[in-house]
Amino acid sequence: MSAAADRLRPDFLALPLHRLADSALQRCRDFGVEHAAVRIERLAAHVLRLRDAQVEGSHDGQTLGLAVRVVLDGTWGFAATTQLSTDSAVRTAEQAVRVAQVSKPLTAELVELADEPVHADAVWVSAYDIDPGTIPAQLKVDLLARWSRDLLAAPAVRHVDVAYAEVVENKFYADLAGSSTTQQRVRLAPELTVHGADERRGVIDSMRTLAPPVGRGWEYLVDAGRGWDWEAELAAMPEHLAAKLAAPSVDAGRYDLVVDPSNLWLTIHESVGHATELDRALGYEANYAGTSFATVDQLGTLQYGSGTMNVTGDRTAEHGLSTIGYDDEGVAAQAWDIVRAGVLVGYQTDRAMARRLGLGRSTGCAFADSPGHIPIQRMANVSLLPDPDGPDTAGLVAGVEDGILVQGDRSWSIDMQRFNFQFTGQRFYRIRGGRLAGQLRDVAYQATTTDFWGSMDAVGGPQTWVLGGAFNCGKAQPGQVAPVSHGCPSALFRDVSILNTHTEGGR
Amino acid sequence: MTSPGNRPQEVVERALAESTADRCVVLVRVTGKANLRWANNTLTTNGVSHGTSVSVICVVDGAQGAAAAALSRDTSTWQQLHELVSAADAAARLAGPAADAGPLVEGGVASDWEDEPATTTIDVYGQVAPALGEAFGRARADDRLLYGFVDHEVTTTYLGSSTGLRLRHAQPTGHVGITGKSTDLTRSAWVGQATRDFTDVDPLALDAELARRLAWAERKVDLGAGRYDTVLPPTAVADLMIYAYWSAGARDAHDGKTVFGRAGGGTRVGDRLSPHPIRLLSDPAWPGMECAPFTTAVASSSDVSVFDNGLSLDRTEWMRDGTLAALVQPRHGAARTGLPAAPGIDNLVLEVDGATGGVDDLVAGVDDGLLLTCLWYIREVDAQTLLLTGLTRDGVYLVEGGEVVGAVTNFRFNESPIDLLGRITSASATVPGFSREWGDYFPRTAMPALRIADFNMSSVSEAS
Repeated sequence: MSAAADRLRPDFLALPLHRLADSALQRCRDFGVEHAAVRIERLAAHVLRLRDAQVEGSHDGQTLGLAVRVVLDGTWGFAATTQLSTDSAVRTAEQAVRVAQVSKPLTAELVELADEPVHADAVWVSAYDIDPGTIPAQLKVDLLARWSRDLLAAPAVRHVDVAYAEVVENKFYADLAGSSTTQQRVRLAPELTVHGADERRGVIDSMRTLAPPVGRGWEYLVDAGRGWDWEAELAAMPEHLAAKLAAPSVDAGRYDLVVDPSNLWLTIHESVGHATELDRALGYEANYAGTSFATVDQLGTLQYGSGTMNVTGDRTAEHGLSTIGYDDEGVAAQAWDIVRAGVLVGYQTDRAMARRLGLGRSTGCAFADSPGHIPIQRMANVSLLPDPDGPDTAGLVAGVEDGILVQGDRSWSIDMQRFNFQFTGQRFYRIRGGRLAGQLRDVAYQATTTDFWGSMDAVGGPQTWVLGGAFNCGKAQPGQVAPVSHGCPSALFRDVSILNTHTEGGR
Repeated sequence: MTSPGNRPQEVVERALAESTADRCVVLVRVTGKANLRWANNTLTTNGVSHGTSVSVICVVDGAQGAAAAALSRDTSTWQQLHELVSAADAAARLAGPAADAGPLVEGGVASDWEDEPATTTIDVYGQVAPALGEAFGRARADDRLLYGFVDHEVTTTYLGSSTGLRLRHAQPTGHVGITGKSTDLTRSAWVGQATRDFTDVDPLALDAELARRLAWAERKVDLGAGRYDTVLPPTAVADLMIYAYWSAGARDAHDGKTVFGRAGGGTRVGDRLSPHPIRLLSDPAWPGMECAPFTTAVASSSDVSVFDNGLSLDRTEWMRDGTLAALVQPRHGAARTGLPAAPGIDNLVLEVDGATGGVDDLVAGVDDGLLLTCLWYIREVDAQTLLLTGLTRDGVYLVEGGEVVGAVTNFRFNESPIDLLGRITSASATVPGFSREWGDYFPRTAMPALRIADFNMSSVSEAS
């Protein structure tokens, strides 16, 4: 066995994966389907919430099931069950065929899949040191409670919330073409929020850690050399919160912005990641998540942003939340260009869409968030490349006469074609004469996607690049959530519209 | 495990019998789902699924108080159930005292306990699917594109407790949502409704309403950002009020973190939030929006406690005569906040006393203003005021002299639903209103249409 195979959880491998898949695939073959794939998947999640150093809720949950997807007479059919028996696998295959039959009269476009090499008996395991499932729950609680108590000891901090989530995802995939893959991914999303008040001014506010969720194990929380220095960030938070509560309210207007990676990742996610999903561009999400201004007729010509803008789609980045070995259609992970020197050059695809547009091979972006859901096109790690010779964040700030530095993501909203967006943040600093001049309150930035990226004047160097991300990207009907990372450097944007959220509220 | 002899009731009894904890609650959820999705007048995805999930909550007494553990698994064998119960017992023995510890809910065996689980299949669309096919044909002929989704889920919950309590509840949940666009994609409209069984869904009538709205949009008018006299239909009111309900936790308010609390701590229960005779309530028995009449909780949070599993839920008024009357909290929260227990309920109703008529009546009263279709991508900008941002979507119509005379651009708004309740200039009667933004997760809502004199459209969105 390979090194990766040795790390797969034995209790997943102990399931009759091949027997169930073979039974279901054989039943699909009986009906003469053009394509069939079986997924057996388990998601083991531990979620913890602490409030003021006390456990408020803890849940250890596992989702486990089997899904069959077929193409019959050019029509999709899908069925899923939590019953892992041979009989159930056969019945589920029959249901998937039945769903395809019922759906046939509603289908005007026949489904065909882009070709993919066969990946037989492939194994892939994400990069992590310590499986968080092996850490006793009380040890997790002890660490998070200690951090909470330390924060509560500071005068500025009235309350501390902790949200912690860990997921170990196991997927087995097999299709009629002969591919079969077994994978294991580990991810962690810990965050702490401090709350304070300035009673004299009648102001309440909060501040959350900037540490991103990551494709790492328990080491992420206890080893500062493994992605984040938690102790250092937490030690600085009370002072940051006190300064925020005392800060002046921003004057609405237009400012130059230096956006830190801890905020910029989400702007990339919303205005580039979703806008370059091919299913959105084709209208498949028109009734829910929305469409995209970046339509397929503009591939190769749309001026997305300034010449400093280079964006990749990537399912291979180490510790990325969207990183995999093989997607949920058996396509091997890849990396490709989406925006090159400011021009739209690529989309994120699944196999059916790649074939329909004649794009050749799928970029491997099919993903289902659970065994009960159908794979749909979901986001790769969509990342903004740094300028190899770019400055650090202080260097970008030095180039701003009158502006604002933005740190940390908070509120986010963007329209259904990904034009108009509005973001807030965790911390905003006034920039005067190339230097930071204290925090500001009540700041939101609002822009149209192509205007914003067109105003990107400078991109930070590799030393500023951070992989941010989220566990909870929502899309599709029925709703699915997907984890995804976005790497980016700090960047400088000129002349961006800044709102005062206090006066926006009519006050 | 649900094969003959392995009924959900048997799973509950066996898990309770196997647990070695001092007390135990077992929840078995049997779920059936079926859906169809389409775009560009053709089916895109579909599916059926069936599943059984078991949650075990074990409680163990200790010197410093009772400890609890909550575990859930999709199980299909007795061996898996045995492993789940053992793991829950062990986790409870290792856990520290639970902050929300209290007595489990007492009671007997409900009369429907022995009933089989309810379910659904793809055949729930037996009438709807052919009609959809016909609607696709009409749309093709009339240069219209349809995009949409039908979803039906039936979850049957079996709750058993070591106190002897045995409760069963079957929840049918469904909805249809359809977006219609002109083939050049410059005009867009939306309709949606919740349903329990799809017998009340008429795809051809929904398509006809889309055609009517797309015709409204044939005349385009340019408007800039600003404050407008705006009619929000029930769906848009639901978009906003669901967010307010989800922000109505008593503990967060008590800690001074939300619009329902004070900066120095303490809640605003008893404060008048609106000068209008407004009532915001949840009621498990509301006709057409019936939902679970008892609490089910697979994990504790600030708003719900696993110790409250099985607790009876009755009509709860969150606002009464414009005054904040209750906030969401489990039993144990009462000691801290001084407010009565008020667990969350899975529907929401807003009523304005004396309001009559419908959206069209409100529109008839507008001389120069806007009629919205629905809202989208709603997110909190400021917790203290519950300032929300978001977009209008799929049809903003210009109203002149009481009639729709064309369509205008979409806008980004910044508004607080609590502020809006104070600025109502007229309201309609309350009717079922399916939230575009949240309806997939919170479909049981009944709302009035509201007219707001100065709704803040912060900027223009180019999206169509």
